[in-house]
Amino acid sequence: MATVEILYFARLREALGVEREQLMLPAGVGTAGQLRAYLASRGGTWQTEFDPKRPVRIAVNQDLAHAGDPLADGDEVALFPPVTGG
Amino acid sequence: MPVRVQPGDFDISSEIHALRSGRSDVGAIASFIGVMRDFNDGSGVTELTLEHYPGMTEKSLQGIVDEARSRWPLQDALVVHRIGRMLPADQIVLVVTLSAHREAALAACAFIMDYLKTRAPFWKKERTPAGERWVDARASDDDAAGRWQPGEAA
Repeated sequence: MATVEILYFARLREALGVEREQLMLPAGVGTAGQLRAYLASRGGTWQTEFDPKRPVRIAVNQDLAHAGDPLADGDEVALFPPVTGG
Repeated sequence: MPVRVQPGDFDISSEIHALRSGRSDVGAIASFIGVMRDFNDGSGVTELTLEHYPGMTEKSLQGIVDEARSRWPLQDALVVHRIGRMLPADQIVLVVTLSAHREAALAACAFIMDYLKTRAPFWKKERTPAGERWVDARASDDDAAGRWQPGEAA
């Protein structure tokens, strides 16, 4: 069983009211995109924030990731809105 | 130390002085300073708070500087980005590039800023007369970063 550490930033962190959580990946959740879909399935604000039409970026172990990138035990996965620095 | 993230302000003169100190092979120094405006998206802005992702921020900025150094012959490069609370007219970000010639220094400086805008995990929240709001990313920033991709050069 793979467990990942999930971090939420900026508007997502505020909207969800969660800064970080540990999650044992459920069956069928093996990629960054599948994790996003799983989080949306929690319903309510989660469904709203992770709606496929909303722009959400995912980083795995502090590198920007694509939806198809695989997740492994111990990974640090971050979800956040498009960045606005500079 | 080519990449720094810090709450405090920076002094461009001393930063450039430190970067070029002891070198006589530099023919061009390009710099960019991002500064806080008191307006955005049709509204006044009185305060800005910059959040970031500690660890990934430094890693991504270093990756952007490394990428610039692989594309242009740079003697050195520096990125300083502030975090936390800022007020109008405050400095937010500094990029400095050193090269033998201006073309490389200017292009690398623009490249670093364009990539920073779309890849480094910073988020701005601004205070307006109507309350606080998160700043939305701009499509024009993606366009600016895209011009450095192969096949998309202007």
